[in-house]
Amino acid sequence: MYRLSTFTLTRTLRAPIRNLSPLAAHVSRTVNEYKPLTKILLPPLGSAHVRYASGRTKEEDVIARIEGKRAEAQLGGGLARIEAQHKKVRPDRCIESWHIRDDLITNSIQGKLTARERIDLLLDAGSFVEYDAFVEHQCVDFGMDKNKVTGDGVVTGHGTINGRRVFVFSQDFTAFGGSLSKMHAEKICKIMDKAVLVGAPVIGLNDSGGARIQEGVDSLAGYAEIFERNVLASGVIPQISLIMGPCAGGAVYSPALTDFTFMVKDTSYMFVTGPDVVKEVCNEEVTQEELGGAKAHTVMSGVVHNAFENDLEALQRVRDFIDFLPLSNFEPTPTRYSDDSPHREDHSLNHIIPADSTKAYDVRDVITRLVDDGNFFEIMPEYAKNIIIGFARMNGKTVSIVGNQPLVSSGVLDINSSIKGARFVRFCDAFNIPIITLVDVPGFLPGTAQEHNGIIRHGAKLLYAYAEATVPKITIITRKAYGGAYDVMSSKHLRGDMNYAWPTGEIAVMGAKGAVAIIFRHSEDHSKAEAEYIDKFANPLPAAQRGFVDDIVLPAHTRRRIIDDLEVLKGKNLKNPPKKHGNIPL
Amino acid sequence: MGIKTVAIHSDADAHSLHVRMADEAVNVGPAPSAQSYLNVPAILDAIKSSGAQAVHPGYGFLSENAAFAETLDKAGVVFIGPGQAAMAAMGDKIESKIIAKKAGVNTIPGYDGAISGVDHALEIANSIGYPIMLKASAGGGGKGMRIAWKDSEVAESFKLAKQESKASFGDDRLLVEKYVDNPRHIEIQILADKHGNTFYFPERECSIQRRNQKVIEEAPSVHLDEKTRRAMGEQAVSLAKNVGYSSAGTVEFLVDPQRNFYFLEMNTRLQVEHPITEFITGFDLVEQMIRIAAGQRLPFAQEDIKSNGWAFESRVYAEDPEKYLPSIGRLSRYIEPVSLTDKHEVRCDSGIVEGSEISIYYDPLICKLSTYGETRDDAIQIMKRALDSYVIKGVTHNIPLLREVFGSKRFQSGNISTKFLAEEYPGGFKGHILDKESLFQLACVAALVHAKRDVRNWCWGEGQEALLKGDLAGVVPKRWDLYVKINNSQGGLEVVHVEVERKSQSLQGTAVFQIKTPNHPVTVVRSDWPLESPLIDAHFHSDDGEEKTIIVQYVDPLPLGFRLQRHGTKFDITIHTARQHKLSEHMIEKPKKDLSKVIQSPMPGSVVSVSVNVGDMVSEGAEVAVIEAMKMQNVLRASRAGKVKDIKVKTGSAVAAEEVLIVFEDEE
Repeated sequence: MYRLSTFTLTRTLRAPIRNLSPLAAHVSRTVNEYKPLTKILLPPLGSAHVRYASGRTKEEDVIARIEGKRAEAQLGGGLARIEAQHKKVRPDRCIESWHIRDDLITNSIQGKLTARERIDLLLDAGSFVEYDAFVEHQCVDFGMDKNKVTGDGVVTGHGTINGRRVFVFSQDFTAFGGSLSKMHAEKICKIMDKAVLVGAPVIGLNDSGGARIQEGVDSLAGYAEIFERNVLASGVIPQISLIMGPCAGGAVYSPALTDFTFMVKDTSYMFVTGPDVVKEVCNEEVTQEELGGAKAHTVMSGVVHNAFENDLEALQRVRDFIDFLPLSNFEPTPTRYSDDSPHREDHSLNHIIPADSTKAYDVRDVITRLVDDGNFFEIMPEYAKNIIIGFARMNGKTVSIVGNQPLVSSGVLDINSSIKGARFVRFCDAFNIPIITLVDVPGFLPGTAQEHNGIIRHGAKLLYAYAEATVPKITIITRKAYGGAYDVMSSKHLRGDMNYAWPTGEIAVMGAKGAVAIIFRHSEDHSKAEAEYIDKFANPLPAAQRGFVDDIVLPAHTRRRIIDDLEVLKGKNLKNPPKKHGNIPL
Repeated sequence: MGIKTVAIHSDADAHSLHVRMADEAVNVGPAPSAQSYLNVPAILDAIKSSGAQAVHPGYGFLSENAAFAETLDKAGVVFIGPGQAAMAAMGDKIESKIIAKKAGVNTIPGYDGAISGVDHALEIANSIGYPIMLKASAGGGGKGMRIAWKDSEVAESFKLAKQESKASFGDDRLLVEKYVDNPRHIEIQILADKHGNTFYFPERECSIQRRNQKVIEEAPSVHLDEKTRRAMGEQAVSLAKNVGYSSAGTVEFLVDPQRNFYFLEMNTRLQVEHPITEFITGFDLVEQMIRIAAGQRLPFAQEDIKSNGWAFESRVYAEDPEKYLPSIGRLSRYIEPVSLTDKHEVRCDSGIVEGSEISIYYDPLICKLSTYGETRDDAIQIMKRALDSYVIKGVTHNIPLLREVFGSKRFQSGNISTKFLAEEYPGGFKGHILDKESLFQLACVAALVHAKRDVRNWCWGEGQEALLKGDLAGVVPKRWDLYVKINNSQGGLEVVHVEVERKSQSLQGTAVFQIKTPNHPVTVVRSDWPLESPLIDAHFHSDDGEEKTIIVQYVDPLPLGFRLQRHGTKFDITIHTARQHKLSEHMIEKPKKDLSKVIQSPMPGSVVSVSVNVGDMVSEGAEVAVIEAMKMQNVLRASRAGKVKDIKVKTGSAVAAEEVLIVFEDEE
């Protein structure tokens, strides 16, 4: 019975109430199984006119009405729409940018769960406490006063994930296409305010056709209220968006303001303007999937941080993800039980860096060998693959990992990878998550495409993010650390707490060939000079002699070293100068 | 023996186990074997620089190269192996057959010489009758070996055998002989010193083969009686004496069901499968080889060689056991099985460690795993356990197949032949088929893994030191109602409903869970599985008193479950709570990519030839390209008739696994 949690709570108050409302009890049980019979049993909308069976007191009638409403709220937009939501039919076009075309709803759905079913799977069984189940919209235009759905298209409340409190809103596509009304927005704002008040994350499950057009500017105001709260909550509590259906027009900006956005493949879309408008304005033929599907946003735009196969998998992965995050910026980094020994030495790491320094290796192999259980939750795995970011645990405690990826473009820093890294570093700094940086970077990517698109400005973001961060920063130079990119990647000079190099580390202004060509530009034979340069700089000693790396450590000992350092850095308390806020080069 | 060792290695093997174990190591060149392990001048330099006095050539590479032995001889360095004359004589299959005949050894009918071409091959085939086998005159190890069952197959077999033998041995001479159907491959190990002592050892049976390469060997053979054994041994000794053989060598025979035996070839080196002979006789063959090379007499007599117990060897290859295609990669996890007693009943001979790279340059052999038991059954049981607890991650390997063979009734009965694998798995080995009992056990282990991980997910540290230590307070889940969904190897989905109850009060130590499933007595499962570690020893105790212990491997986590390995085969397992199970019915099965329009490389390697051009119409089954990796050539055929739209590679291109090579036009 945990599925109908609020109702269940009432019922557990024991027999009298259950006896008082046999109808309601019957309804909700039936609702739960979605039998068409329920339709007949449901009290019609506008229940003020309902007559109840004789012999009941007024109180009993009220309670029956309450239970009736509650049961209605459970049903959202009704059984037909729930069936459509579940339906295994591939979608055609269902949305025109800002609003939903009601007649297309029924044809538009494929294997999606309802708002409540999603909450069931997201939260621990029986933990959901709902707010505002009785809320209805107050619009009277366009006949809307006769068209109300209890709950108004969004389910809100709180519950737990593996015992930790989170707040959640889940938009109900079956009710007005999940469109956002004034009251719908107010419900969301209410739980956001509560979440900030008590310090718990907000998870939004988005499945909405956009603004409730009938409400006009009220709806727009609703969006803005949410945006403002997104911004104020930013850096205070983690905010996570899971796009599980359409998310179009102004609606996209709330997820965009949250810390992490995930999508469900094939059933979710995000765009500011839909294919129809794109066709009209730009004369471009594009499908919803091409324009704003999971692939477009995980691979090309970088708007979305990862995408999952279906609702079931997505909700489970968000549960796994939340486990890495502190509940708020005043909570410590979470620590979870682990059987992976902090003293584990992985000798295969000693040979993981290819002898030939031009050869690639997968930095994820290094990461999974350093962290607990090889468990690495990668963020944006399909975007700017030349940098790898994600969460892991060491000795049970959450850490964040930033690593150049030699496998892709030699791990070079370019516009996209700088932005990807910078936003991640700032999140971790905001939420006290230590940052472990694995450096193997040949420099910034040259070329007009990069320069003209502002690699200077965008590269500066990563620099800014690292320089500003006050959380524990541990840096391992596994191989190349060349030029400005060396400075940027959490170097000693940017207040790196512990900076190490592996014996394969090379810290220099540039590679031997380029350097020799400049130093000896007038001489013919460079091979000798090159050898000299390699001898001087293709090892970590010069940097170590200057104290720019604190020690040269064996790869096999690195895990232990990091874990010890995290313990040492527990007491780190660094504050930046007081200011309203810095001015990151956006 | 107190002898210092120098390892030679290529660039690719710089971190190999043999390099680490040796007293010294010398790099003899880049990864391709022609530039390193077959590079005689470089090896001579290594000998000079290290001052080595003798060279043990191992098996493969230069071990049967008479010219190399001669070169060493000239350099005044001892070659630990037979004299070059014997090597030369036995190394050439044509010559060896002639000598064998003279020495009174039974031989297979065939043509005693190199064949000149397809027509010649056809002529001989028709005179001795089909089936026939074409094989490299210079070769061994199944490379450059093809069978033809009728006239129409001779041309292609001839071409491929020639190409392969050229590529593998630099010599494309082929010979042809009658193919003995349904034979057993049984071989006799001999040791000969330089003082006229030549002894034979108990036989080894190597009938479990794929593509004429040995996969499982055992000693002794269930097939031989004492009389045949002696006859084979004596003929082997006679052959060795006839060529003035010294050192260790092996005479291979084909034995038919009536125990008629035919000489196949003599390997003038130590065999890969020598450990099983060492197991049952107690002799160290390598030690004897070194002593012989030093001119010592064999300090024993024929009567001293006794057979005791039973031994098996499994060749663990990095290859897909369904299509026998080699696999490359980095061993991300590698844990060898160990002996459980002080009898050292498990022997794992490998050259790799965790983190090693299986490259395209060499044979895909990961390890030879041998086990010993008092009886054949004992040795099989120990092998099964060893295979179950052998952890290899990062490359595809053939443990599923090995494990399946050792578990099969037919193999256990001893009724085997070289056709065993082809007969047992006619469409290719597809993985272990779970019976009811193993399905139940796997579901129980999966439920235990899920429950233990779920409990762990509640053990947060903040202010709860006890939880962080794994002591489970009241808040942590205790009961689960789960649906375990196992993707079986036949492409189906088995769903087992299990109710789990946690009995243990700590995450540390033995996890105890009680499991209820329909149609099965309530079972208590215990396991000492440290979370996320690769090996799960699960002990079952059911209400009806039945007890059992099984080994399951925890391979990888999946989004809603994990991959477990049982009986060598990996199973993708999804765990749903009751609520997830109910809602999962709304999820859509996503369509798979259409691959019928393209030809992909089945493995990483290089393109030997492309036999079609853009615009060609090809019929279904026609050869479109040949890919070579690890010295094995694979013919790629059109999966359907169609017109070639695009060719993405050319001869000599290096290709990755699943790289698209050829694209066909859309069907009209």
